[in-house]
Amino acid sequence: MTELPPAPAGPSGRLAITSLDISFGPRKVVSIDELRLDHAEIVGIAGESGSGKSMTTLAILGLARTVGATVSGSIVFDGKELTALSQDDLREIRGRRIAAIFQSPSTAFSPVYKVGTIVTKALRLHGATKSEAADRAAEAMRQVLLAPDLLRRYPSQLSGGQLQRVAIALALALRAEILLADEPTSALDVTIQAEVLDLLRDLRETTGMSILFISHDLAVVAELCDRVAVMRNGVIVEQGPASQVLSSPADPYTSELLDSVPKLATTK
Amino acid sequence: MTSAPDATPAAPAAAAGGPPLLRISDLSVHFGPVHAVNQVSLDVAAGPFGLGLIGESGSGKTTIGRAVLRLVRSSGGSITFAGQDVGSLRGAALQAYRRDAQIVFQNPDNSLDPRMRIGGTIAEALNAHRIVSRGDIPGRVAELLTEAGLDPTFAERYPHQLSGGQRQRVAIARALSVQPKLLVLDEPTSALDVRTQAHMLKLIARLRAERELSYLLITHNFGVVSELCEQTAVLYLGKVAEIGATDVLLSSPAHPYTVALRSAVPEVDVAARRSRIVLSGDAPDAANPPSGCVFHPRCPLAVDRCRTDVPQLREVTPARQVACHRAADVLAGVALSTHHRSRTAETASSAPDLG
Amino acid sequence: MTESAVAQPPAVVPAGSPGGRVSRRQVAWRALKANPLLAVGGTLVLLIVLVAIFAPLIAPYPADAGAATHPFSVLTAPSSAHLFGTDQVGRDILSRVLYGARVSPVIAIIVLAIACAIGVPLGVAAGFLGGWLDEAIMRVTDVFLAFPPLLLALALAAVLPASLTSLTIAIAAVWWPWYVRLIRGQAASVAGRPYVEACRALGVSRLRIIFRHILPNSITPLLVQVSLDVGGVILTASALSFLGLGAQDPVPDWGLMIAEGQSYFTPDWWLVTFPGLAILVTAFAFNLLGDGLRDLLDPKRSLIS
Repeated sequence: MTELPPAPAGPSGRLAITSLDISFGPRKVVSIDELRLDHAEIVGIAGESGSGKSMTTLAILGLARTVGATVSGSIVFDGKELTALSQDDLREIRGRRIAAIFQSPSTAFSPVYKVGTIVTKALRLHGATKSEAADRAAEAMRQVLLAPDLLRRYPSQLSGGQLQRVAIALALALRAEILLADEPTSALDVTIQAEVLDLLRDLRETTGMSILFISHDLAVVAELCDRVAVMRNGVIVEQGPASQVLSSPADPYTSELLDSVPKLATTK
Repeated sequence: MTSAPDATPAAPAAAAGGPPLLRISDLSVHFGPVHAVNQVSLDVAAGPFGLGLIGESGSGKTTIGRAVLRLVRSSGGSITFAGQDVGSLRGAALQAYRRDAQIVFQNPDNSLDPRMRIGGTIAEALNAHRIVSRGDIPGRVAELLTEAGLDPTFAERYPHQLSGGQRQRVAIARALSVQPKLLVLDEPTSALDVRTQAHMLKLIARLRAERELSYLLITHNFGVVSELCEQTAVLYLGKVAEIGATDVLLSSPAHPYTVALRSAVPEVDVAARRSRIVLSGDAPDAANPPSGCVFHPRCPLAVDRCRTDVPQLREVTPARQVACHRAADVLAGVALSTHHRSRTAETASSAPDLG
Repeated sequence: MTESAVAQPPAVVPAGSPGGRVSRRQVAWRALKANPLLAVGGTLVLLIVLVAIFAPLIAPYPADAGAATHPFSVLTAPSSAHLFGTDQVGRDILSRVLYGARVSPVIAIIVLAIACAIGVPLGVAAGFLGGWLDEAIMRVTDVFLAFPPLLLALALAAVLPASLTSLTIAIAAVWWPWYVRLIRGQAASVAGRPYVEACRALGVSRLRIIFRHILPNSITPLLVQVSLDVGGVILTASALSFLGLGAQDPVPDWGLMIAEGQSYFTPDWWLVTFPGLAILVTAFAFNLLGDGLRDLLDPKRSLIS
């Protein structure tokens, strides 16, 4: 079975953001000095709404301009400057090498198509033949611990957790090197969330995929991420190893966030 | 499905002293084939008091809240408020009940009419019950907004001009405008930012003290019930798994589902993390519930009996009730499963601790 | 779970105004500036209304709008004496077009008013109250909708004596079911929203819920639809007039003028073109007005909030 065009040789899944500014007219919503994502690393961006974390995701995908924002600065992926690429070139990368999953998995899947149709369409869009696409889709479904015949269902026939896993399966099938996950578990039940988080951890182990995990839930970030960047009003106020930042924060905002998490009486 | 022969179904755990303000007895709510709520019994004491309802989607917790407010019709059992049967209230009596019990919904985005100013929304509640005379309405609205932590000038604004946290405060102010004794809070903080959640919890605690409120707090968050509820009930697929004093329930759960749920909650503090108990199988189909104990297909401790006998809520210790055939084992700390994942730095997993 | 990021409301107090409250005039002016559709549409509609009112004063040959005929100046092309030319019996088309503003738009407005008066209450009742009432109303509506509209209008117009009144009744009878269906869908959707459920929980009376919540939140698509339908009604009226039902000569109904003039179209194009343009402008004006009103009534888009 022929492969999809392979990723270029050399360290993949490395993303380097430098001096990134995103503005809506005169209003600057994001101003990041430096943010890196290495191979097989899970980096968390923690913040409240309005912190700019979602806009950062859009900028990496090259979609910030489509919502009317102006982007300046540098986002380097695998040696390429993403901010300078044309939409055609970005389309090669978007979905295929940098995949994204969002909070509401139902918005990722058009309700009138079976989820399998969408997955195979995406694969074929990026160069797979019909049979390759079917095989890859099935393989990816097994990787996310879902029965491949669930691909024959419509989005409305799958639960939120299942849909989110199909979204991850799509990223896997495309052999994405980076997964941008924007609040992927916020709408899920606690036990399902735990399964999805386990899945992401496993994927990192087995495929070397890098994950940029955006969340307002500090506990999830603490458990999943190697490093964390805390964002507030578009600026990273603190970043470093998750265990360190979240146990002994240097910035008062981070402390404030941590204090806001309701503690169980037993652990007080 | 026979009931366990050695069971002595006790009355629902009542708070110390006095009859409960709200008594839910064997409540069932069916939506067609789906048994959203299945013979649930709960008590909410007179204020200040908080009962937490913990559960995931499909547990029936939201439906219970709505049934208390007569927003859905119950299919069996009874709901009694201050001695009155809520289900049979009509006309003026029903209207009077709507002053006594109120609800704050989960999603602040949709619970306010986008075409009405905040002041109008609250005034509408006041007018529905003629709480104050027409002339006094603006003053009362200002008081209510201030009490909820909002600037009184917000009365002139529209919902879309407020943040989510502010809208939730308006919803609370509106619910409190009729001076209820009982408040149902349906996931009051789930849709909010972290710091806003903390503010909301403080607000609820303050209002509870100032107004001697009783509330039924529906959530999936253990931390929230820990802060605000004396008692907590854990629900699964429309049934109560266990119920008891919150701190005791959290520190030594007596039902395998509670243990599994606790273990799945992510923790910032590494020391607080437990080995996760992985529940096998998928979430159950509410229209086709499993036989016997509804949790048995996924339960790591299930035995043959669990497939055939529906466990009744039994007292295991004073003021603690569990619906599980193996509650004693759970309390004794029996290892729940080899199917667990360690979330601490070590990858090797030892016997899971139940906390 | 995104909260809205709005921290401050848009400033209501314009610079330079004393105290805090904005005067009604300032609010109206700013509303117009912010809603150009409303401004243009409203102006045009106002123009049409003024033309209708002052037709006797503006029209160069007022008698031509009535029974006058001028056998010696039939079918003359547009000239300085007759800006729009004359028709097949020598009447000044400009005058007839101006007087027509009293006929076609008025018919349209009355028809739509009747359709709304029937359609909105039935739609709200069906959508909000649901149950057997919903079923009953919708089945009756379905029956009416099953008839091809023009045929139904024809049938009605045929049994009624030919006049403008019959025309109006016939078209209104055909139009109302569409509005029931439209409003019912909206009302049902609004009735399920959390803020309506909150009202029920608060003990707000059903009547108040209907008038204060269901109606205002359901009305917008209706507004747009009504504005679009103005042109449609005028055209339906003209079709019926063409067939000899409804307006009769010498009433200066634009549709009738088109119907009568179309056989002269080559080479005497002016008989059809100017009434046609009048219909076009009227329909366009009401469309803009409808769009503008919709924007105005949306608190998220309007400056009024």
